[in-house]
Amino acid sequence: MLAAVGAETLEDLFRSIPEGLRLRRALDVPRALDEIALFAEMRRLAARNETDHPPFVGAGAYPHHVPPVVDQLLLRGEFFTAYTPYQPEVSQGTLQALFEWQTFVCLLTGLDVANASMYDGASATAEAALMAARVTDRRKIVISAAVHPEYRRVLRTYLASTHDEIVTVPYGDDGRTDLAALARAVDDQTAAVIIGYPNFFGVVDAVGEASSLARKAGALSVAVTTEAVALGLLKGPGELGADVAVGTFQSFGNALNFGGPAPGFFATRQENVRQMPGRLCGATVDKHGRRGFVLTLSTREQHIRRERATSNICTNAGLCALAATIHLALLGRRGLAQLARVNYARARLLSDAMRRAGFGLRFAGPTFNEMAFEVGDAEAVVARLAKRGLAAGAPLARWYPDDPRMKGALLCVATELHAPELIEMFAQAVKE
Amino acid sequence: MSNPTGWKPRIEQESGTAATHPEVGAGGATSGLAHEERLLFEHGAANGRTGVSLPPAGGDFDPERELPPELLRAGIEGLPTLGELEVVRHFTRLSAWNHGIDTGFYPLGSCTMKYNPKSSEALARLPGFANAHPLLPPELAQGSLELMFQLERALSEISGFAATTLAPAAGAQGELTGVMMIRAWHVARGDARKRVLVPDTAHGTNPASCAQNGYDVVQLESGPDGRLHPETVRDAMDEDVAAIMITSPNTLGIFEAHIAEIAEIVHAKGGLLYGDGANLNALLGVARPGDMGFDVMQFNLHKTFATPHGGGGPGSGPVAVSEKLVPFLPLPVVVKEGERYRLVNDGKERPRTIGKLREFHGNFGMFVRALALIREYGPEGLKATAQLAVLNANYLRARLKDAYDLPYETDSLHEVVFTDKAQKPTGVTTMDLAKRLIDHGFHPPTIYFPLVVHGALMIEPTETESKETLDGFVDGMHAIAEQARTDPEGVRASPRKPVRARLDETRAARKPVLRWRPGMKVE
Repeated sequence: MLAAVGAETLEDLFRSIPEGLRLRRALDVPRALDEIALFAEMRRLAARNETDHPPFVGAGAYPHHVPPVVDQLLLRGEFFTAYTPYQPEVSQGTLQALFEWQTFVCLLTGLDVANASMYDGASATAEAALMAARVTDRRKIVISAAVHPEYRRVLRTYLASTHDEIVTVPYGDDGRTDLAALARAVDDQTAAVIIGYPNFFGVVDAVGEASSLARKAGALSVAVTTEAVALGLLKGPGELGADVAVGTFQSFGNALNFGGPAPGFFATRQENVRQMPGRLCGATVDKHGRRGFVLTLSTREQHIRRERATSNICTNAGLCALAATIHLALLGRRGLAQLARVNYARARLLSDAMRRAGFGLRFAGPTFNEMAFEVGDAEAVVARLAKRGLAAGAPLARWYPDDPRMKGALLCVATELHAPELIEMFAQAVKE
Repeated sequence: MSNPTGWKPRIEQESGTAATHPEVGAGGATSGLAHEERLLFEHGAANGRTGVSLPPAGGDFDPERELPPELLRAGIEGLPTLGELEVVRHFTRLSAWNHGIDTGFYPLGSCTMKYNPKSSEALARLPGFANAHPLLPPELAQGSLELMFQLERALSEISGFAATTLAPAAGAQGELTGVMMIRAWHVARGDARKRVLVPDTAHGTNPASCAQNGYDVVQLESGPDGRLHPETVRDAMDEDVAAIMITSPNTLGIFEAHIAEIAEIVHAKGGLLYGDGANLNALLGVARPGDMGFDVMQFNLHKTFATPHGGGGPGSGPVAVSEKLVPFLPLPVVVKEGERYRLVNDGKERPRTIGKLREFHGNFGMFVRALALIREYGPEGLKATAQLAVLNANYLRARLKDAYDLPYETDSLHEVVFTDKAQKPTGVTTMDLAKRLIDHGFHPPTIYFPLVVHGALMIEPTETESKETLDGFVDGMHAIAEQARTDPEGVRASPRKPVRARLDETRAARKPVLRWRPGMKVE
């Protein structure tokens, strides 16, 4: 091969790199491992994580059962080792699955159109704010303090250079967004009103009321969902009046993976479709009139429109979206409703067990599978349970240090993975 | 000539025995038993079927009684009602309609479609990694944190930079992050600046990432040799320019040999150099962007370190920076204190951070795979990666340049760009050549990119392909060039073998159908 390319050594191939710019030593990375040694080393690392029990912390990433079917299908090399479907004739598998993903997102959120996925819920939220600013030609983003605090941090990062204004609205004692404060904050300069559904405290927030306020002011309302299993029981945000629904479908088919990757989603009403970020898959026909799928409306995107694109997003979370699509296909209508009910019931078991152990709820608002308890010194509880290998929950004071109401608040989740005995054991452990 | 399949290519041969010997492409493609498959929502199975096994809800709880009725939904109309086997068949059939690296050669330029080792997949699924919650107390997550620390160190060494953030979700978010840090650095010096210079060979994400940061983009023309020239940069550079974004090797596969001089020009006027690491595969162990004057660079782990491309993600786009940008790194940052690892996630500890890009710590699942690859390859393996990637690209270049127009004579590294100029007189375009490759069993190269080349065919074979596979591809390309001469209509009528012929993209955009609805008909 060297002879064919007219080179004597492999080094010759790099003659276009000036001598002075070449590395004249070996890279200082550990020496190569054979597969057996590699597995030993990686197992050593994995063993330093303690994951024997399902965590009682959710806060944006939820422990759920992933049926083995999901992984088996996902690992088919034809899905796994393909890329963005630039050549639709040899990518119909990926494309049809994306079309199905988009449909699932629409059905669950109650909205008209969804894109082929986002990096995560936080960046999807930031993209929703940017889209609202484009659609309304306004620059003020109103967001509830009960939206996931890390999502709000990402929003701030994304908007740092655009000079859009971010106004944060407080929550009330029931854990819902303070609607009177929201009404005061929303005006004729407001591009977006962003609210959690359920919100960071696990409370089912007032999407309907927030959406009416937004609509009256000519703003878009954005609902943020981190625990999408809730949508098997609760109305879709679109049905309640939201113009945009964003968040993550991590709960469907995706393991926790220490926080990523997971499929962010983005759905909106038909009239905003040409302002959406990200890839869209659409149905069409081939030259023989047979139905097929392609990426479409790409004049919105960076590879065509460059600096005038609606977003710079390119590669998204395709495989994670496929995992969610497979899981949702398995669940189907009945399975999704049942999964949501099991989660709801396990969370009630948790709240009962905690109440018997002497810990009341921090917020009175309606909840799905996550809720904050008053446990006294939340950080101490987390540290104590960590010694037993249990991930106890998220102390809310970490994100709300200035709110005295949050001092003893511990945000906990229960899902289908938390058996009743484990829940009982947990409540007792918090008490001890 | 060797053929990877052992079958003789006979695509153009008329034969009375065609019925028993289907046409075989140079890559082994033939017609197979492919099943038509409806949408999940069109199966119309008996209502009530499900493919999951769940515990009963248990307890005496009733959401209908306990939650406000206006919040509750009945079952969602339209969701499928399928059993496990039906779902398995559905997705298995769909998968068969895809071409992946595991199926065959996939020389999609600048996307680095290399083989993804199966060992990495097994490792990412170790329960200790897969089941780790991102908010585990640090004492329960020392393995994840140590892994992140090791990867951060390895990436910094490989790229020649001081530190690396693992947070960004993909290359494009990495670019966004890098430009944000550049902006923050200028703002901290009281000098916000307005523009970023981007060569005309750049990926579309470069200008889009600048615009998303509020910068105006100035496009620079590359020279007749495909390189960016110092004079061009000097003419465009002034005190309002925040940075220049350079991909090296660029999307023509050409090393930006004037980089040191360009760096001097840009730095002299107070600007910074952003390196797009999309093509880092060509440089592993051979040269380091951090040694060339770059101040910041993003990785694409799914390209260079063989994490799966997954039909469009998830990617992972860590960003490496020189010393002066370290204070601006996004959060979280992993630190080692004694023998213990900890995530710094609080802006109080890092007051100049640009903030957070992700809800948690980045695409950790990809970190496991990337570190596994780095550990398995070691320093020699990483260098061999670049060497073989460049050898493979140059081999294809040498063997194809008589049949296809090579617009730049300049040395190639990991990829090479041809055009359809030699075929155009017969009416055969790059699109036709690409579609014909499908009939041979190859995924087409990247086409019509970079934009500076008319009718571009951008070929990146990667290091994981054997000579036999490359030879098969060359045979296919030669057969197509020959067919373009003798039977141009035959080329333009392709592809004929996949489950779908050419799709009507104009119609898709004009009458968008972006989801299934009951009674949906597209015909």
